[in-house]
Amino acid sequence: MNDPIVELDSVTVAYRDRRVLHDVSLRIAAGERVALIGPNGAGKSTLLAVVTGLLRPAEGEVRLTGARIQELDRLDIARRLAVVPGAANLPFATRVEEVVALGRLPHEDPFRGPRPADRAAIAAAIERVGVGHLLGRDARELSLGERQLVLLALAVAQAAPVLILDEPTVHLDLRHQVGAMDLLVDLNERDGTTVIAVLHDLALAAHFFPRLILLDGGRVVADGPAAEVLTPARILEVFGVDASFVRLPIPAG
Amino acid sequence: MASHGEALVTARPRVGRSGGVRDRPVLLIGIGVAALAVALVLGVGVGSVAIEPGDTLAILAHRFLGLDIPRTWSDATETIVVELRLPRVLTAMLVGCALAVAGATFQGLLRNPLADPYVLGTASGAALGAAIAVLIPVRFVVLEFGLIQGLAFAGALISIYAVYKLSRIGGLAPLTSLLLTGYAVGSLLAAGLAMAMYLSGAALRQIFTYLLGSFDAATWPRFLGTLPIIVIASVAIMLRARSLNGLLLGEQAAAHLGIDVRRERRILLALASLVTAAAVAISGLIGFVGLVVPHVVRLLVGPSARLVLPLSAIGGAALLAYADIVARVLGGIPVGVITAVLGAPFFLLILRRARTGYEL
Repeated sequence: MNDPIVELDSVTVAYRDRRVLHDVSLRIAAGERVALIGPNGAGKSTLLAVVTGLLRPAEGEVRLTGARIQELDRLDIARRLAVVPGAANLPFATRVEEVVALGRLPHEDPFRGPRPADRAAIAAAIERVGVGHLLGRDARELSLGERQLVLLALAVAQAAPVLILDEPTVHLDLRHQVGAMDLLVDLNERDGTTVIAVLHDLALAAHFFPRLILLDGGRVVADGPAAEVLTPARILEVFGVDASFVRLPIPAG
Repeated sequence: MASHGEALVTARPRVGRSGGVRDRPVLLIGIGVAALAVALVLGVGVGSVAIEPGDTLAILAHRFLGLDIPRTWSDATETIVVELRLPRVLTAMLVGCALAVAGATFQGLLRNPLADPYVLGTASGAALGAAIAVLIPVRFVVLEFGLIQGLAFAGALISIYAVYKLSRIGGLAPLTSLLLTGYAVGSLLAAGLAMAMYLSGAALRQIFTYLLGSFDAATWPRFLGTLPIIVIASVAIMLRARSLNGLLLGEQAAAHLGIDVRRERRILLALASLVTAAAVAISGLIGFVGLVVPHVVRLLVGPSARLVLPLSAIGGAALLAYADIVARVLGGIPVGVITAVLGAPFFLLILRRARTGYEL
């Protein structure tokens, strides 16, 4: 197994007196592809906030590439983790290529701005995510799904060893859902990018991710391949739904 | 990164597509600098004593470049050019540059296209400071900076500091809180200003002149005293263009792109406030420049602060220099009136002709 790239040791997060993460320990190795699943309010987004350093846990420790996260500044973190932004509300007219270019901010020379290497990474990300037909358009006029792809291209252009996504497929149609998943697999297998995605669609998670981490009530209740994690008994217990409603494909691999 | 991955939709990326002036910022900078040079010669020439452009150029070359040029002008002309007109034109340019840079910064920082340099209480603070200076019977002058300039400068900075501190109390999102606190503090100070004006009697006109803004009081020491503040703070803002760019997508996305949002917000607020305070201290309250110039620039080159800030500096300087020329030609109309009368239709025209929809 590769070196751990994201580690959590007994992390506890509380808002006032409500514990949203309870003694969570995780180890994700470089090159893994992991889906975080669980019902609403299970603590998935809180977990991402802790991993990306936006939220400091009350107890426990977070390490990225072996370094304690509180010893890293925002730029250090941005060079290790690319996070696909949530729905963006742009204050000014901004072209698609200008949005994607923001992914290079962590690499840009603060004085001289983007260099040819940055422009090449932007062009490559645009081609890879397939948003070339949107160039020149104001990102605020795009559909939610198109915008989601543009923001994915931004994170791809950031070219960090870890890619983090929170619900990357909510606004996408079926073809683009599968396309986005194929892209994540390709980034993971060909470029070695570690992929960590919060997903609500258990079928997509089971089909495209070799490792699923199931959260419920702020705790990790299962961690492993889809066949072990998504048993009918556990789906009933955690989601309160009869597993026959969830058409799970035979897990890949 | 390898670039032959499976694209979701097959299309050729065309990052370097041509978009008119949008892709030629150097051309825009050249046009702007040329416009400034013309404004300098015109601005020196216009007034109760008209001065030929040739004489203007000759005097400038003689005095500032040390060129040995045969004298074709009188001593009086030289005094008018060097001691009266030149500091006035340069002050107009400096203030225009300051207001446009501060406006672009506040708009980006607050993620609000309606923000201007005065949005967080600087204007009301400066106005109240100036009104108090007019009312109290003490007069003293240091290097030609009197009580009006000093209290206006201090009033602007004190009010924005109060807004910043007060906005951190309570649980609102930082940006919403800043804007609402700025509005509340501004209203309070405006009440104080109204009271001061009501009590001012014969001094009312002096306060009113300050509120409308003008360059009548421009002198070399005042220009040279504020120049370093505005230039250094503006350059410091431009060196932080990356932070403003990150904030385009929101504070959380900016953090994920490597920006320490709380620290950058503090620094940029302080710098933009300093620039604004220096500008209002020497010129009074001139509206419109700080709101409109950054928008016009964004329409031309897009939202990247790396281009918006320097081009706004040039555009703001040119706009105020020409507005002041028009104000003088029309016989001393307050320059703030001119900026609104010239700027508003121009802005509306540009909004109509914008190729892509531009929503505020």
